Order: sequence, then structure tokens, then C-alpha cells
Amino acid sequence: MTSNETFVPEPSGVATDAGVPAKSVALEMRGISKTFGPVKALTNVSLTAYPGEIHALMGENGAGKSTLMKILSGAYHADPGGEIRIDGKPLEIGSPQAGRRSGIAVIYQELALAPNLTVAENMFLGEEKRKNGMIDRAAMNAAAQPYLDRLAAPFSPAAKVVSLSIAERQLVEIARALAGHPHILVMDEPTTCLSAREAEKLFTIIRTLKAEGIAIIYISHRMGEVYELSDRVSVLRDGSMVGTLMRSELSAQTLVRMMVGRDQSSFYTKAHRAPETDRKIALEVRNIDDGRRVHDCSFSVAEGEVLGIAGLVGSGRTELARLIYGADPKKHGQVFVNGTERSITNPRQAIDAGIVYLTEDRKILGLFLDMSISGNVNINVLDEDARAGGILNLAAAKRRAAAAIKKLGVRAPNAEINVGSLSGGNQQKVLLSRLLESNPRVLILDEPTRGVDVGAKSEIYRIIDELARTGAAIVVISSELPEVIGVSDRVVVMRDGRLVGEVTSHADAPITQEAIMELATDVSAAKAA
Amino acid sequence: MADVVSEPIAARQADITHKQRLRNWFQFAGMLPVLILLCIGFGIENARFFSLTNASIVLQQAAINTVLAAGMTFVILTAGIDLSVGSILAASAMGALLVSLIPHLGMLGIVAGLGVGLVFGCINGFLISVVRLPPFIVTLGSLTAVRGIARLMGNDTTIFNPSLPFAFIGNATLFGVSWLVIIALIVVLVSWFILRRTVLGTRIYAVGGNPDAARLTGIKVGGILMFVYATSGFLAGLGGVMSAARLYAANGLQLGQSYELDAIAAVILGGTSFTGGIGSIWGTLIGALIIAILTNGLVLSGVSDIWQFIVKGLVIIGAVALDRYRLDHNGRT
Repeated sequence: MTSNETFVPEPSGVATDAGVPAKSVALEMRGISKTFGPVKALTNVSLTAYPGEIHALMGENGAGKSTLMKILSGAYHADPGGEIRIDGKPLEIGSPQAGRRSGIAVIYQELALAPNLTVAENMFLGEEKRKNGMIDRAAMNAAAQPYLDRLAAPFSPAAKVVSLSIAERQLVEIARALAGHPHILVMDEPTTCLSAREAEKLFTIIRTLKAEGIAIIYISHRMGEVYELSDRVSVLRDGSMVGTLMRSELSAQTLVRMMVGRDQSSFYTKAHRAPETDRKIALEVRNIDDGRRVHDCSFSVAEGEVLGIAGLVGSGRTELARLIYGADPKKHGQVFVNGTERSITNPRQAIDAGIVYLTEDRKILGLFLDMSISGNVNINVLDEDARAGGILNLAAAKRRAAAAIKKLGVRAPNAEINVGSLSGGNQQKVLLSRLLESNPRVLILDEPTRGVDVGAKSEIYRIIDELARTGAAIVVISSELPEVIGVSDRVVVMRDGRLVGEVTSHADAPITQEAIMELATDVSAAKAA
Repeated sequence: MADVVSEPIAARQADITHKQRLRNWFQFAGMLPVLILLCIGFGIENARFFSLTNASIVLQQAAINTVLAAGMTFVILTAGIDLSVGSILAASAMGALLVSLIPHLGMLGIVAGLGVGLVFGCINGFLISVVRLPPFIVTLGSLTAVRGIARLMGNDTTIFNPSLPFAFIGNATLFGVSWLVIIALIVVLVSWFILRRTVLGTRIYAVGGNPDAARLTGIKVGGILMFVYATSGFLAGLGGVMSAARLYAANGLQLGQSYELDAIAAVILGGTSFTGGIGSIWGTLIGALIIAILTNGLVLSGVSDIWQFIVKGLVIIGAVALDRYRLDHNGRT
């Protein structure tokens, strides 16, 4: 599926120690692999970090960054054969506690604080200071103060975490990490929820920690930050280390190429393309905004067209889809279907307007696992088929279920089987058939092939193609670049809740992964920096 | 699309079908073997158990609980709970008796009883679906408050009506079958029809099985919750009318005390899952019969009522343990 070995990053693939203070190595990971069942999440990955270095780790969604860091923290165990050394001493296969003892601190993207406890209580969670068997709050507050001072935190150790802003909570996390006297500090996309000013403050703190000699591993998707902060940048792709660039070698284009660098030709490519002239707009979204995760998004899709929405995880793609579908309240914005404005404040109105939404999480948000295939397929059209007085039309339900199973090729002995016992691919087909039963004009498919095997994937692509051919307007949200490029006529890219650009394919010039990735990671910010 | 199903897939499908059948049978029959075993056990132990008179006593004892448990089945299928049915039953019985004392309009007592139940059920439903308070809290509150209202309705005294116009419900028979039993049977049949043969019933299962998914398919979850709590209240009202008819009297303090626990026990014994979305009204009927037979058999065997409480409690815990076991082994995560 990949062609890692063929890519050699431009100036030099592997960094030497030149330019980095010739000190002892703080962290050395060598030959780390990790398999989950049949899936190889990491293959022979090596990474070094020096004291006082900010080492950025980049890569697409699912490239293996988080897995690698979880192995470092002790949350996961690597496959046998690899080696991790901290300050030259081998790190035994451990637990998060062992990792903390040997000087590793990890700050995850989702902050893990107990909101109803105080700052100091959170900092010493599990290692509370005691006096006569009772918690000694005064001692804890006193012990916490120096760490907060070091970060210039504007709150007291006795403050309840629930009263702090996200940025302040992050400081608590950092203070907690510092209390363990770490040699290595891992930060996983720390600026995701911060404003530009808060991020700037955080950078100052990170530089202070660097000056104190802590090795910082900084995971980020944002090109601008990586340019501003890092001494070296390593790039992971599909579980392998592609290479490490020195600060002097940094170039946004090179980084993007290292991150995507896959051979698109081996992936699915749609057979049918939407006509480029004489299009009828099926769905138009104008200035839709929820005031939180989606800002002022406008786009349109024509009949028979497949529009891809690309972007990194957390960029607001799912939130945008849910706003259009009426699943979440919008602050403002308009939705037009076939040129008429439709007021959509709940999913029922969306379905009535001809818009359906395939959720990214079919088990939690989509399927009724205890109900039969027939029950799941028919749930949207029960009213339509029902006899007078809301009595079920069992014959119609049976007919629809049988037709759906045949049309989408669901592998099941009969329609009365519980959906919970089907494979992921078949569950997804059942969910798709539910959407199709209400004859939608617009389909919004959120990660349509997530958790689906290769065979079912290509069948779902075929179904999308077929639907477009019959005149449906389709929006495909996907984290897999080859997928979104393969199925779409046109791709818009989302970043930080905004649509930041559009890439259109032509017969002679297909969409490239690089073009999308440059928009998604904000290469222009890096150029400016 | 492969038209030819390969050998391993066919085997897997056969396996799924088999598991499914087993599961359906287990869900349907669930506690039926327990019921039969209990009957055999008590029958061997006491000759009087298998008599027509005793059978009729058992069915009459089960009738009111079956009606309450039918309402409770609707509620628990949506992963909710209704703790207030015993108190609503008392208030409804009070209402029915008070109205029955009005000259010439005595039959309106039935309407009054049902109406009182429906109103309290709607209040529960409003607080849960519109104000969005947790069902446990809301119905725990109404358990206490409605009990107080029931006492207030009769100035904390027992109300009698020796010439109750609808007394036949509690004491007469049709073709030799008590009206109480006939009403309970009709309630079960209507509940089955609603749950299995109407759009509404399908949506009740959907809301209980996965409320988030139900919302995304355009189901008005609030409306469904409103319906189930209103139904539970209405059936508690019916239970109140049945109690009043049987006793010619109602007492706001004592009537229906801890009936909610028997109703919940019947539903859980019947295999309806506390997590919602799984269960059937037939299971509830079996559960209600088990409780009635357990009580009846223990009384016939001369077991003290202290031990009756202990045995009944243990049976409920055992049933919930079975529920958990069943979920774990069906791969529902």
C-alpha cells in the first residue's frame, strides 16, 4: 500500500548531531515496532532527543505519532526488539508511573484533570502529601506554588480547576508535569484549543523549559508553530519514520511531501466524473457558523457531483456536517436545497428536505445494534409506509430490507439478523441503505469507510460513484487523503473550523495529496514565519 | 458483489443464525422454565397448589401487578424507570372512590381514576422529556409527593363505598374468569400490539437502544419519553380503579405501598434490560406470574412473611445477575 523506501527527503534524510549542543542524549528510541492484532501501527521507528531541544513530530492522522508517544509514556508496550534509553539508561517495559519516575512527562491533547479538585490537588494526584494520615492541603499548596511561579501562572494553587480557562488548565498540566522533574516533556498538539495570544504565551513557557535543559517533543500539525519553535522536525508516515530535518533544512514543501508521499495510483479512482458545465446546484451552504468549532463556512455541491471535505482531525469537519443536518444548533447561516432555503433545526427537517447524514461513528451514533437489519434499514421511512393509525406495514418493511440487502450486497443470511452481529463493512452498508430509503437528494458521508475491510471499502466507493451517476449530490468527509481524492470531483479543505481552500480535479490534472496537505497544515503561515 | 457465498462465510452465517435463534429463544422464553419449575415445586410440596380455586387466586393477585408492569415495560425499554406507580395507584383509587360517591354519576369514578393516573404520568413525562431531569429523580420525587396528595384527597382517612357502581371489576367474572384477569390480559395484548406492530413501538425500542442514533434518524425522543411515562401513569390509574373495585375502599397511606418494586421486579424478571432497547411484554407477563406464584406458594407452604421478603429479594437480584450475564454473552458492547 505504501512506498516508504522510495522516498528520500531532499537535503538530507537523517540529521546528524551537528548544530545540536554536543551533550548527552536525553532520549533514544531505537527499533520501536507496535502491532495491534493484524495492524502494524509502528515499524522500526527510531527517535532521539537532546537536553534543551525542541523536537517536533509531524505526520498525518493515523501516522503513528500518538502510538509512539504512548509507548514512551508506558501506556502501551512496544513489540519485543526495540530499545528505549533515557539519559543513557535503558527504560524497562513499564507503566505510566514507571515512565514518570524515569523522567518522562506527557501532556495529552485532551487534558486529564479532575475539575472539582484544586490546582494543587490535581498536581499531586496519587502522590498527596499527608500529615497524620490526612491530606495536608497547606503543604500541597506550598509545594505547588514554586512550579506555578515558574510558569507565571495567574492563579493560586487553591483555585478549583473548574474555574480556570482551557489555557490555564494547560498550565496546571504543565505544572503537574514539572513537579515530577521531567527530563523529557511530550506535548500533544497543545495549541489546539488556544487563541493566538494564549499560544504565544505557551511558546514563551516552552522556550523557558528548553532553556532549563528539558528535552521537549512537540507534536503538531501546524506548520507555523513548528517553524517558530523547533530545533529539529521528525516526520512519521504510516507507522514508519520518514526522516528528520534540522532547523536549517526546514522547508514546508519538503515536510508536506514527507508526510503524504504516497503513491496515489494504487488507490481507487472514480470512474465517472461530474459534468463540468450545466450543473444544477443541489446543496448550498452559506456562512454557517456555530460560534465554537465552525466559522463562517460556505460551499455548494451540484447534482451528480462528489465534493470531498479534507482536513485534519479536529478541524471541524464533523461539526460542519452536523450543523447542516440540524443535529447541533447553529448560530447563523443558511442552507439551500435545489435553490430553496430550508429551515433546518433538527434532523427530521433535514431528512424531509432531502439531506441525509452518515455518521462517522456508526456504533455509537448510527446503528441500533439490538435491532434487526430490517429494523435499522426501515427506521427512517416507518411513517411513510405505515397504514392508518401508525400501524407498521410489515410487508413493505420486509420488501425494503430484502431489496437493500441485495442492492448494497450486505452479507447476511436474512434481514432479521441483529445488526450487532455483522462485520463493520456490512454494518456500514446497512446504515447506508437506511439513508437511501428516504430518497435523499444530498448525502453527507462522514468517514464512510472507517473500520471497514478493503473489500467492503471498494464496494462503498462503487456505491458512492453509482449514487452520483444517478444525480445525487454527495459530500464525503474523510481523513484518508487517497480516499478523498479518489472519490471526489472537487475537494475543499478545512482548518480550525474554516474552509481554507479548494482543489479541483481535471481529467489531465488530478488532485494531489500535497495540494490538500499544504492547505490543511497552513504552509503559508510557515512561509511567513 | 459475489453471488456465490463461499464455504467459510456460509458457515459463519449459519453460526450467526444459530446464535440469533438461541438468543431470541432465550429472550422470549427467558424465565418460562423458572415459572414452570416453581409450579412443579410448589405442586409437589402442597396438594392445594394445583387447584382451580388457587389458580384463580394467583391470577387475580397477578392482575394488578401485570397492569403496572406493562406500563413499567414501556418505561424501562427506554432505559428509564418509574418509581411513582404505587403512589399514583393510591391517588387514582382515591379519586375513583371520591367520584363514585357522587349520586347517579358513580360510574364516572372509572374515568376519574384513569384521569388522575394520566395527569400524574404526564407530569412525570414533562419533567423528564422537556425539563430533562433524570427519570430516577423525577419519579422518586413523585413517589413521595403523590403519596402525600393521595392522603390529602381523603383527609388521611379511608374512603368506603359499599355500593360501588363498578365493583364488578374487582369481584365479578365473565365466563368464569375474573374481570381483573381479563383487563390485565387486554392490557398485555394492547401493549404487545403497540410495541411490535406500530411505528411508535419501534421508536420506543430505538430510543431505548440508542438515543443518539434515534435523534439523528429524526425521531422526536422527547415525544417518545412523554408517551411512555404518560402510559405508565395511565396504567397505574387503571391499577387504582382495579384496586378500588376489589376493596370497595381506598386508603391514601397504605394502598399501593411498594407496588413499584413488584412491577420493576416483574419487568426485570421478564428479561427487559435496564439499559433499554431489549425486552418484551410477554416476558413481563411471565415475570408478574413468577412473583404471584412465589408469594402464593410461600404462603401456602406456611413460610413466614419475613422469609417471603428475603426470598423475593434474592430472586430479583438473581434475575438482574442473569440480565448482566445475558448481555455479556451476546457481544453487545
